[in-house]
Amino acid sequence: MPANDGIDHDDRLRGSGLDGDDAQQIYRYMLLARVISEKSWLLTRQGRVLFTMPCDGQEAADVASAYALDAANDFIVPYARSLGAMLVKGMTTQEVMLNMFGKAADPNSGGRQMPMHWGHKKLGIISMGSSVGTTIPRASGVALASKLKGEAAVTMVYFGEGSASEGDFHEGLAFAGVHRLPVVFFCNNNGWATSVPVSLQSAEPQVSKRAQGYGFPGVTVDGLDPLTVYQAVKTAVDRARSGDGPTLVEATTIRMMPHSSSDDHLRYRSQEELDAEKESDPLPRFRDFLISAGLLDEESDQVLRDAVDQEVEAAIEYADAAPAPDPETAHTGVYAP
Amino acid sequence: MSEMRLIEAVRDGLREELAADGSVFLIGQDIAVNGGVFRVTEGLLEEFGPERIIDSPLAESGMVGVAIGAAMNGLRPVVEIQFADFIFPAFNQLVSEAARMYYRTNGEFAVPLVIRAPYGGGVRGGLYHSQSVEAYFAHVPGLKVVVPSSPHDAKGLLKAAIRDDNPVLFFEHKLAYNTVRGEVPDGDYTVPIGEAVVRREGRQLSLISYGLSVHHCLEAAETLSAEGIDCEVVDLRTVSPLDTVTLLDSVKKTGRACIVHEDNLTGGVGAEVAAIIAKGAFEYLDAPVQRVGAPDVPSFPYSPTLEDALLPGPSDIVHAARELATY
Repeated sequence: MPANDGIDHDDRLRGSGLDGDDAQQIYRYMLLARVISEKSWLLTRQGRVLFTMPCDGQEAADVASAYALDAANDFIVPYARSLGAMLVKGMTTQEVMLNMFGKAADPNSGGRQMPMHWGHKKLGIISMGSSVGTTIPRASGVALASKLKGEAAVTMVYFGEGSASEGDFHEGLAFAGVHRLPVVFFCNNNGWATSVPVSLQSAEPQVSKRAQGYGFPGVTVDGLDPLTVYQAVKTAVDRARSGDGPTLVEATTIRMMPHSSSDDHLRYRSQEELDAEKESDPLPRFRDFLISAGLLDEESDQVLRDAVDQEVEAAIEYADAAPAPDPETAHTGVYAP
Repeated sequence: MSEMRLIEAVRDGLREELAADGSVFLIGQDIAVNGGVFRVTEGLLEEFGPERIIDSPLAESGMVGVAIGAAMNGLRPVVEIQFADFIFPAFNQLVSEAARMYYRTNGEFAVPLVIRAPYGGGVRGGLYHSQSVEAYFAHVPGLKVVVPSSPHDAKGLLKAAIRDDNPVLFFEHKLAYNTVRGEVPDGDYTVPIGEAVVRREGRQLSLISYGLSVHHCLEAAETLSAEGIDCEVVDLRTVSPLDTVTLLDSVKKTGRACIVHEDNLTGGVGAEVAAIIAKGAFEYLDAPVQRVGAPDVPSFPYSPTLEDALLPGPSDIVHAARELATY
């Protein structure tokens, strides 16, 4: 049943600043991210891939936010659940799978980092490690450099509400506010930092309120609705690009899967809660919207799903067969020449 | 050539690199209007403007994090940490991020970054304005650690550090700023990172040191010379990566080694140098390797009687060298 009963779908789309092609593109990226995430999980269960961090439930937020960027010139400083944003920024399914399998040709790290640890210089994706929050002042620094060089690029940094507890969150936002830097802080608030609920991160669970303390706007949006996310991030990106400084955008999302393939979320969440959360899965919700808007039907959806499935399967086979890194190279590249 | 104080040589190095390369900028606490608490950056705000001489919020981790990001987007930041003692909030940014960026991106992203910080005791700075922190960073692959002893080296090594595509920690002894003077060449020059130098030739004993302690070694060598003990003094200049060739050549010649630093002994640079000597010059040694450093006490206490009781100086070196010479 359509999720947007009683709403004029064309109006909603127009109001977001997107057209039908954009909406279809966003849906395709969301679907691709979901299928990669699901298949990666299965690969870990089969022992073919050693680790993954699922993004299920965050596709709308990640894809629609990245869609608001100028993919060719802007920067993304990602976190481990930014798969959807990586795809929008230009990373291919094959490159993602090379990363999952830790292969030599993985453009993110050549097999040096764990899966879902992104970084791709040619695509303007600034490398992340596993020490969360360190990325936040780094994003301010990337934006500072763009500003000092007189370049129009905007930097967007992704992180979870757990990372917002790190001191680097405060230090990165404070600096960006002082210098009115062209940066968007995008907080994916899925309510959980591994097993710790947001109520134990801060007595004020709404992360966006903290922006006030740094002198720039903070907004909280429904991260399960790509049109809403796009609109909020587009406003923030335009603001950044025109020299008016940073924005903190908080997207409330859900985490449908465990923190990682090494985690069992039933140790701290009930099956009932997880089942209930599944009802708000952003993918069927947006699919229904597109069908109601006449941008998709059952048949074209199935064609798309088959194509995405084949794309991911082909990438898995390609990456699985790709050469592993040469052990000789483990010693090299510690210092730049 | 002109004679200058070490602080002037550092300032000159910064000024020349700022003038030569528009991608160089400085960030730190109190470095702009105030010219730094030691006045290293005095006059640079007027010359290069507030976009390139940036007063940071009081946030070491954020400042280094910002600098890493700027370095990954084409700039060459030089960060001043006001006292080396306050570098620890930025430890994670340096060790987890800057140090391994090049390795973890398989050579895609370099981090051309310099962290300058005054270190060392003898200024009655107490527990939090006196520390030597080089050993923490010398342990970390991907970082370079430089500790100059002379104005010539301070300027030449700083210029090399700024031009280096790797993160370089550059520690300046705060007592040396205004007490160590020396000849500095006119015009552009660099001193290569990773090369030690023999400050004084000698045949019987190698004093191996870096930073201000080199001057203590030279003073001790004079005293010892009068006693008939002929010391060589090796100035490491860079403590990571170490110039093993120069230090081993010296020990192979003299057969006796004493490593001197102001940092406390356990896990210090001296321990690493001793291990290198044990492996590379074992058959040349006529005596056990000696180390002179501060005792394992949490930095230097404030009261002069307490600090003086712990600060390693020329007399400690003389004492250790006599033991070595008569072993």
